[in-house]
Amino acid sequence: MAEPVLDFDGWTCPLPLRDHPNVVMGHGGGGQMSAELIEHLFVPAFANPVLGGMADSAVFTLGDARLAFSTDSFVVQPLFFPGGSIGHLAVNGTVNDLAMSGAQAAYLSCGFILEEGVELSVVGRIAADLGDAARRAGVTVATGDTKVVDAGHGDGVYINTAGIGLVPAGVDIRPQRAVPGDVVIVSGQIGVHGIAIMSVREGISFGTEVVSDCAPLNDLVATMLAVCPDLHVLRDPTRGGVATSLNEIAKSAGVGIELTESALPVPETVANACSFLGLDPLYVANEGKLLAIVPRDEADAVLAAMQADPLGTDAAIIGECVAAHPGMVVTRTAFGATRVVDTPIGEQLPRIC
Amino acid sequence: MCLAVPGRVVEIRDEDGTRMGQVDFGGVLKDVCLEYLPDLQVGEYTIVHVGFALQRLDEESAMQSLALYRKLGALEEEFGDQWGLAARQAGERRPPGTDWEAER
Amino acid sequence: MKYLEEFSDPVLAGKLVDQIHATATKPWAVMEVCGGQTHTIVRHGIDQLLPDAVEMIHGPGCPVCVTPLETIDKALEIAAQPGVIFCSFGDMLRVPGSGRDLFRIKSQGGDVRVVYSPLDALQLAQQNPDKQVVFFGIGFETTAPPNAMTVYQAKKLGIPNFSLLVSHVRVPPAIEAIMQSPSCRVQGFLAAGHVCSVMGTAEYPELADKYGVPIVVTGFEPLDILAGILRTVSQLEKGEHVVENAYRRAVKDEGNPAAKAMLADVFESTDRAWRGIGMIPQSGWRLSERYREYDAEYRFHVRDIATEESTVCRSGEVLQGLIKPHECSAFGTICTPRNPLGATMVSSEGACAAYYLYRRLETPTEVVTTGG
Repeated sequence: MAEPVLDFDGWTCPLPLRDHPNVVMGHGGGGQMSAELIEHLFVPAFANPVLGGMADSAVFTLGDARLAFSTDSFVVQPLFFPGGSIGHLAVNGTVNDLAMSGAQAAYLSCGFILEEGVELSVVGRIAADLGDAARRAGVTVATGDTKVVDAGHGDGVYINTAGIGLVPAGVDIRPQRAVPGDVVIVSGQIGVHGIAIMSVREGISFGTEVVSDCAPLNDLVATMLAVCPDLHVLRDPTRGGVATSLNEIAKSAGVGIELTESALPVPETVANACSFLGLDPLYVANEGKLLAIVPRDEADAVLAAMQADPLGTDAAIIGECVAAHPGMVVTRTAFGATRVVDTPIGEQLPRIC
Repeated sequence: MCLAVPGRVVEIRDEDGTRMGQVDFGGVLKDVCLEYLPDLQVGEYTIVHVGFALQRLDEESAMQSLALYRKLGALEEEFGDQWGLAARQAGERRPPGTDWEAER
Repeated sequence: MKYLEEFSDPVLAGKLVDQIHATATKPWAVMEVCGGQTHTIVRHGIDQLLPDAVEMIHGPGCPVCVTPLETIDKALEIAAQPGVIFCSFGDMLRVPGSGRDLFRIKSQGGDVRVVYSPLDALQLAQQNPDKQVVFFGIGFETTAPPNAMTVYQAKKLGIPNFSLLVSHVRVPPAIEAIMQSPSCRVQGFLAAGHVCSVMGTAEYPELADKYGVPIVVTGFEPLDILAGILRTVSQLEKGEHVVENAYRRAVKDEGNPAAKAMLADVFESTDRAWRGIGMIPQSGWRLSERYREYDAEYRFHVRDIATEESTVCRSGEVLQGLIKPHECSAFGTICTPRNPLGATMVSSEGACAAYYLYRRLETPTEVVTTGG
């Protein structure tokens, strides 16, 4: 569920006609269309209680073990971008989906779909990156598969990974657990990955380098669980950004979420690139970041633990869960007004207006 | 309409007979067509829309506007909220620095 | 970013807000013409800070929203043709035509691309000499010079496989049309700053005089908007109606002479339909005779396409502040942000779209049913 693409070449559909007979890019955009595709087409076909949880990973018991299980496909362009490659993403995406249930990823599977004609040296670099990322995250790539499609039928390299990991006893992290009074924490600066990817496509460069923050979050989550085993919700705000993830949580839990705009950690370069392209940082994709919904009493301790971790240095409290306007996210602007932060229909596009 | 942002010109060059330049938008660098501002210099600020510099940004005017807004606040503390109305009702000239007409 | 942050300062904004409160003694209806200004107002919640007496009416200055259905249908027709690379600004793709949209064209094999600048489209034409590259040239006076320059360059560099589908619109005729409406409620205008960066201010004194309305040239940052409102309300309170420039840092009285000369060469004035509003005489630009070979309407023979607008949609009345969005029978039923009929539902800042969103905030029980 975590494809970090803000795609302007093969872009997605923000405002389609309601009754598309075909799949359009918006169905993969992570917004309302993706949700509807899953809810109305896939879930009825697979109908089972495990799938009903609709979290980043499924949690179930097998024998004596409580496992988290997740899969993710990676179709990012470009394959290599400032700060990483599709190989890094393929590991971290799945490791992080598992971590959002509190699980330490143990084993990964890895399927490559290669397009005829791709240079083997490119595949080699990606495989090496994937191996490096797996070692960094402490996960074993246990099984794999390779398929080749005709030239013109793929985009160079697609990767699917699936992963399993153990969920520690007593840990129950899922979107439905957010309650009014909980505090919303983000683990670091937002919008960096999406802007790094976009800079390659849009021909913009940066005086100070903006590189993807793609990283495995399993250790950060373990650190957080050590101080607060009762974490309510974790989410990695990849595709669709912070706004989409918080809307999903608000709807799942039936709570309202109120953000404080001035508290959002948006790096200046990201803010400027967003002004320039007409984007809102709240909707830009992230990697290596997480959102945590934490009981109020434990928020300070969790925040301190996060800030002590290299991947949480810039962690900040950005808002709270409220009883008002259930299912909706609003933000308090710098001028003291309130703005609704809606779920995007597909993905946001640069505007001229 | 018309999302346009201010940036500082860092480089000007000729590209196939077209005046192009690199503009710095607070750390974001982008190539921009400068054909519509033939006398724009490196170091100056310009308003850019869809890759085109459309107007020079007059830094002095920007400073004047900000200074005016700051004075508004100061005067408000000095004269209270209703100064403008009161001044008009009394037929007096506005305190210096709040005279919008002078800016027209 | 320098010259953006300073003009977003909440402390100074508070002072301007206080000043507006102190100045407004009667109810006034002020229209911000430009969609970019509407965006700032909605994004920062500026309308929530104003006194009840000052009502902001969101104007028709969103180029994406007002592009007529007919032009979008022409775009769809061209984009569906084999051998065509159809290029557009991102937000133009939000708008469905009648019966299909650019995303469906793309899902059926059409080559539709988002570009940041029309020059990117010209570059694509140079890189793909065996394809026809068409740029969707929409927008107001601000966007017209970039598009004009691109066509000029295509001609100068001899790039035969580039063409422009033009649907440019201009602000002054729109102000005129709004003021001529018998039920017009607008008492003052914030004129669009970046339009004036190009065109200057010379077209506006006549309008201010003829219709007795203050017209204040206004920028796009929160302080700019508030200063524009303050000056407009000040004039209204004093019974004045003159043109003021509250965006001096980016607007000179004469505009940009080089850009105006290029516009005069490349474009000529034409009648233009505005989505949700209707035909406004001499309110648009099309390519002039000299550049007709670069006109996609001629090259792809789509000039005969004529699509009727929805008769149910009352966005024209919403745009003029005559009715509230929910008073339209289509609102929230056959017309939603995902399936918009008119201009005001198309843009996320359009009055209908904003109303749709905020109505949900105020009546949370509806969230449960609309959550899917």
